[in-house]
Amino acid sequence: MSEILSAPYVLEYTYTRSTGPVVGRFLESLRYEVLEGVKTADGRVLCPPLEYDEEGEPTTNEFVQLRPSGTVKSWSWVQEPRKGHPFDRPFAWALIQIDGSDNAMVHAVDAGKAKRMKTGMRVRLRWADEKKGTIRDIACFEPMAPFLPGPVHLEYDVNPGKHYSAYLRGLQEGKFIGGRDPEAGKVYVPPRGADPMTGNPTSEYVEVPDVGVLTTFTIIRIPFEGQKLKPPYCFGAIVLDGADSPIYHLISGVPHDEIRMGMRVKANWKPRDEWETSLENILYFEPTGEPDVPFDSYKEHL
Amino acid sequence: MRDVAIVSFSQLPSVKAIDAADEPELVQPVTADAMKQVGLTQDDIGFTCSGSTDYLPGRPFSFVAAVDGLKAFPPIRESHVEMDGAFALYEAWVRLLHGDIDTALVFSFGKCSLGPVPDILNLQNDPYYVQPLGLDSISAAALQAQAMIDAGKATERDFADVVARNRRNAIDNPNAQIKGDFSVDAMLEEPYLSSPLRKSFCPPLSDSAAAIVLAAGDRARELVKRPAWIRGIDHRTEPHALGQRDLTTSPSSTLAAEKAGLGKGKGKLDVAELHAPFAHQEIILREAMGLGEDVNVNPSGGALAANSLMTAGLIRFGEAASRILSGDASRALAHTTNGVCLQHNLVAVLEGE
Repeated sequence: MSEILSAPYVLEYTYTRSTGPVVGRFLESLRYEVLEGVKTADGRVLCPPLEYDEEGEPTTNEFVQLRPSGTVKSWSWVQEPRKGHPFDRPFAWALIQIDGSDNAMVHAVDAGKAKRMKTGMRVRLRWADEKKGTIRDIACFEPMAPFLPGPVHLEYDVNPGKHYSAYLRGLQEGKFIGGRDPEAGKVYVPPRGADPMTGNPTSEYVEVPDVGVLTTFTIIRIPFEGQKLKPPYCFGAIVLDGADSPIYHLISGVPHDEIRMGMRVKANWKPRDEWETSLENILYFEPTGEPDVPFDSYKEHL
Repeated sequence: MRDVAIVSFSQLPSVKAIDAADEPELVQPVTADAMKQVGLTQDDIGFTCSGSTDYLPGRPFSFVAAVDGLKAFPPIRESHVEMDGAFALYEAWVRLLHGDIDTALVFSFGKCSLGPVPDILNLQNDPYYVQPLGLDSISAAALQAQAMIDAGKATERDFADVVARNRRNAIDNPNAQIKGDFSVDAMLEEPYLSSPLRKSFCPPLSDSAAAIVLAAGDRARELVKRPAWIRGIDHRTEPHALGQRDLTTSPSSTLAAEKAGLGKGKGKLDVAELHAPFAHQEIILREAMGLGEDVNVNPSGGALAANSLMTAGLIRFGEAASRILSGDASRALAHTTNGVCLQHNLVAVLEGE
């Protein structure tokens, strides 16, 4: 059998098309960034305009100007555009009902990602930079979010007060400083300036060690706005030895399913040369390996 | 009205590419075979009609070249539609109703392997408002599929179920291109071509050709024991602009089926061969024509298993008629669509005697 020959072949027709009074007027208006629909005999508005409606009735030649926005009636996301598509990056095809019209226009939506596309979404028209009197004078549509940006930005100088300053200075030196009302004897870490049980000033500073009891904890598995760590991670309440109020910190160095209430933990500090006036000097608390303490010994602090 | 029947059917297996065949080479085997099955030659044929589109081979007037696949001397009565061959069958049926001839040959050929078919089909769109945007056929169908999902009429899993059933049916069809047991879950993992359409929800593109011989009245009874009588046939079309239609319904199919007598006559439908290139379109067509679970839809595998453009519709007629000719079915429906998103639909009801 003889070999089958093959060669590339391009088919082109350099046709021109007459547009007529209805399509022609619509396309001409696009040059001036004017979007028009045509009224049907029964009072509906078609955009893009047609010479006849679907009942075969001639439309009225009465044009109405429309807002350059609309609603998506159906859509299709194209992740890999084909040759001839209006974009060479991912985009959506859509049927768009222009506001004030009763039919829908086929066009493209420049939405960036598929997740932004939804039937019923609002879109606004984006005009092409250069107009040629064709449907592509409409470059595309783009999502119209029903939100205004509303950021708040205010600048303050804060200071933490005398007692908290003492606490933070202590941390800078690798120490935990608490406060005590000499009469009541309860030690608050960090110091609060007053004992909330007596209302007396916590006039004495007390240093407590960086070792204590994990009284309760939670494992965070959900992401949220502003989160610094990747879930899952454990956050716990630690009552340091000699303190009567807990501090809160990350619990690590132990599998999550082995973390338990009553576990003895100690601080894991950053290298000394990185210490600041911050609890972030401590990376996390980790088990000491000592036996757990009984529930009754810390139940008051829960 | 004169009774007209399908008396024979021939097709080339639908494959990805038939390299070694130009138009006459595609047409000659199927027309010769369809005539030979009933002992006829071109000299016995009263009217010949074909369906094809020149844009597939990219050759203007390729349909004229196809006539070289026939014996056309002395000159024959011949016509052509730039549509699926099923619409050529409709024209031949109308021609037989004139009463002066008793036989007709219908054929079509589609060679999808030569050009960029999804882009060629953009030429079906409105040249003012849509063509300049480059709306390919897969993206147009995707707008329809998404509308189905938004209307709560189907899910992607429903689309995959349609594909799995058709391609499983095609296992028994030696002429189908894609066949086998395909996993619905695996289909749902495929990337989108144009969302929500994944590759499996779209038809293959095939090269093929098909031919049918029609005969009227007693001539049909002479040629075969059990002609597949065309009890009713009708086609209807909807507005061209996609934005003027509810894409989730097919009122043209509903009306064509009604006018073809689907609801009339004796009893239940055994088989329906639907020309639904995209999976979601079968769901639309079944609803539009009221085809329940008891109807055996696409035992051949349909267009999701073999899709030679301009031929896949005529093959639906041939597949439906074959089951009547063989005695396996008493009443069958054949359907063909044309245009973007099921714009235009042709329905026939076929019966044995």
